[in-house]
Amino acid sequence: MLGRVRRALADVPHDETPYEEAVPREYLREHGERSVEETVDLLAENLADYRAVVHRCTSGELAAQIGRLLTARGSKTVLVPPGADAQWLAGTDAERVPDRAESTPHELDQVDSVVTGCAVAVAETGTIVLDGSPDQGRRRITLVPDHHICVVRVPEQVVSSVPQALERLDPARPLTWISGPSATSDIELDRVEGVHGPRTLEVVLVSDQPSADVNS
Amino acid sequence: MSGTFEGMPAFPKAAHEAVGNQTLRGNLRHATHTIRAKRAKAVAEVSDWAVLREAGKRIKDHTLRHLDQYLEQLEESVTAAGGTVHWAADADEANRIVARLVKETGESEVVKVKSMATQEIGLNEALEAEGIRAYETDLAELIVQLGKDRPSHILVPAIHRNRGEIRDIFEREMSEWGRPAPEGLTDTPAELAEAARLHLREKFLRAKVGISGANFMVAETGTLVVVESEGNGRMCLTLPETLISVVGIEKIVPTWRDLEVFLQTLPRSSTAERMNPYTSMWTGTTDGDGPQNFHLVLLDNGRTDTLADEVGRQALRCIRCSACLNVCPVYERAGGHAYGSVYPGPIGAILSPQLRGTASEIDASLPYASSLCGACYEVCPVAIDIPEVLVHLRERVVEGGQVVREGNKVVLQPAKGHAAERAAMRAARWAFTHPGALRTGQRLASRTRRLHPRTLPGPGKAWSGSRDLPAVPAEPFRDWWQRTNGGKGGAK
Amino acid sequence: MRVALFLTCVNDTLYPDTGRAVVKLLTRLGVEVDFPMAQTCCGQAHYNTGYRHETEPLARHFSDVFADYEAIVTPSGSCGAMVRELYPRMGERARAEGRGDALAATLERVVPKTYELTEFLVDVLGVTDVGACYPHRVTYHPTCHGLRSLGLGDRPRRLLQAVKGLELVELPGAEECCGFGGTFALKNSDVSAAMGADKVRNAESTGAEVLCAADNSCLMHIGGTMTRLDSGMRPVHIAEILASTEEEPAA
Repeated sequence: MLGRVRRALADVPHDETPYEEAVPREYLREHGERSVEETVDLLAENLADYRAVVHRCTSGELAAQIGRLLTARGSKTVLVPPGADAQWLAGTDAERVPDRAESTPHELDQVDSVVTGCAVAVAETGTIVLDGSPDQGRRRITLVPDHHICVVRVPEQVVSSVPQALERLDPARPLTWISGPSATSDIELDRVEGVHGPRTLEVVLVSDQPSADVNS
Repeated sequence: MSGTFEGMPAFPKAAHEAVGNQTLRGNLRHATHTIRAKRAKAVAEVSDWAVLREAGKRIKDHTLRHLDQYLEQLEESVTAAGGTVHWAADADEANRIVARLVKETGESEVVKVKSMATQEIGLNEALEAEGIRAYETDLAELIVQLGKDRPSHILVPAIHRNRGEIRDIFEREMSEWGRPAPEGLTDTPAELAEAARLHLREKFLRAKVGISGANFMVAETGTLVVVESEGNGRMCLTLPETLISVVGIEKIVPTWRDLEVFLQTLPRSSTAERMNPYTSMWTGTTDGDGPQNFHLVLLDNGRTDTLADEVGRQALRCIRCSACLNVCPVYERAGGHAYGSVYPGPIGAILSPQLRGTASEIDASLPYASSLCGACYEVCPVAIDIPEVLVHLRERVVEGGQVVREGNKVVLQPAKGHAAERAAMRAARWAFTHPGALRTGQRLASRTRRLHPRTLPGPGKAWSGSRDLPAVPAEPFRDWWQRTNGGKGGAK
Repeated sequence: MRVALFLTCVNDTLYPDTGRAVVKLLTRLGVEVDFPMAQTCCGQAHYNTGYRHETEPLARHFSDVFADYEAIVTPSGSCGAMVRELYPRMGERARAEGRGDALAATLERVVPKTYELTEFLVDVLGVTDVGACYPHRVTYHPTCHGLRSLGLGDRPRRLLQAVKGLELVELPGAEECCGFGGTFALKNSDVSAAMGADKVRNAESTGAEVLCAADNSCLMHIGGTMTRLDSGMRPVHIAEILASTEEEPAA
């Protein structure tokens, strides 16, 4: 096949402009100028626009916040990845299910909720990205359970744009970009939420400062 | 209806039936107009759209012009990351490779992520012949598979179906394939999506082999990218033990950084979203996470032939967003099936006759399935000048010439069906280079104008079947100009 | 300024009123207009149907006829786009085929000075109010090649808005093709007719008496559809509206 490719490209001169110069990169690294706080606000706004449920709290309030979300959902079982902060589940009575290498998808399907961290969040698109780090676990745990709570540390895990997010990510890791709960446009090209992935995505924006300050 | 596109009639004949189908016209009009307005809004949000579009075009052009080098680099990086790379020159070879890989796992069923490449090569039918059942898991693909139908759109293969029709298909067919549709299923989209969730869940949870395509492959890192909405892609890419990805060789981008362009332009152009719900990226295999066996089948199937055409190769820049379908007035009225290929619409009209050649009736008619209005070019996120390629392929049909088919140079003869047209074009060219002859013809038309009928027999019916003919004036302009000395001579 | 009217073969044969309107309008604006009698056809239909090699003699003939004028004005968006956008492409293709620069050099003489009428008025003459009067309700259809190839933008609308007595109403789906498309209208007549009928229905919904465009080929298709559908509307070329005055109203 490579021979066919080379024959097809007989017209291409050997001294053609190299890659670095062939692609103009004048597009923006981010759209608009925003303060750190405004970037976090934009993330919240865009997450919510695609039907993720957004909450804000301080690190001191996080355990109680997660506890409330699990109670409100009526979750009896909750899964966290092995490297999750032990404090995350300090405020809940839900049974903690470990993710074992031999856990089958059927077992995961019996779990009510999953709580993970993330690698980076993208404000302009309302996206959280998971990279399989210890606080995020393997990909299937955020896929099979129907309720995903994702903890985002703000502002340090938030970037404005897609180009900035890619700079922070390691391509060698398995990556999952999530923008809102599972959805489809397959019926009359209109968006409907809730197909195979988690139908409820809750994002908790956690800061070290009181949330009132985050909003100021 | 047959599940394949073999033996399709020429575009005008297939379109004739679609134009008369009021349900289909209504479904397509509703869906395409909905998405058109949304796309325009999503694109307007990005102030540097034109620059991103140019960058996307340049990245793809550069990659295509050095494709050999990037393919080699990709093979190395995928292999280094734990994957196995296979090369398939055509559909048969790709199908044989996939069937063998599935059989080696000992499984007899696979779950599939929506993939244009596997549609193109007819993989499901090939696997069926080998005793392997392939389950489509994308909602629209599921609707097509259950309905024993053909896809009619790149992004939404069941766009020709409205919610009522989808409900009927689910109720009638789901039990044949697995879990039946819930009792009392209505036609609300949320309930239909729920029915698909329940039906497919058991298949995802037990699947051992997943089959996908890919939107992008990064040569530098060996990373594959699948962009989707429903989570069926994540299921197929994550839960099975073995993953087989069949990807056209034109899907390469050189570097990781290049994704920053396409992850901005693709979602906004296709589903008109800032970002689609799920994007999966994987590089070979990862211990303890996801499939432990990963096979990448690189597919040619007419792509190198297309690459050999300096004008036509730009079609390989396509990132399958389907914006050109959604904006096309011809697609809106003729529907996707009339294009006789898994690639319908404007992009299909330039891809199919290049991937498959122009020998069949349908492929020779596709370059004419456009009014050359240019709306497709305007919305294309990689700036494929579709009208330019259409006209170029028309030339190939009527004038023939040298092309590459299956890697060999061949000389095409001018198409036979165009003999009368060719003669008329030559005659017109002669008249237009002899102004005196043109004038004689104009005068003859003017003098006999009272005798002209309002409708025409024979081939002229193509016009007068739906439109009145213009009345021929008493004298052509040039006679008036000469008679009145350019209007100065007194006559009004 | 010595300006050549490139009327186009369709207008010359079927729509001489449009030609007379252009002459009247430009003369009124102080432009000296000539109509080179040797002009024929730009070759657009040949080119777009796939007969590029049959088009080349027509393009060379066009260049021979028009090269010595300061400006070439045409009341047709698609023929204007043929010269401006596709003549250079023909030159490039000839070069890529190893036939040298001769064709490109020949065509370069006419490409940069060919203008579509509304472009010439707004960009070269710098006028939007041409002193016209046309007391009718009008809707404007931007034809595809004028809109997307030449990028006429709002020029035609600005000209129409300045016409005394003219009420300009918005055409729903204005930027959608009318379905003419040259030989497309014959080769794919069903789809073409369906597009035409939708265009006419959209035009009727505006309550306008007149559908105006800057290209008679499209108007021939739209107008033929209007009479077939017994619509009360009329197709009128923009030149005829801009030429119309209180003293000499358009017919």
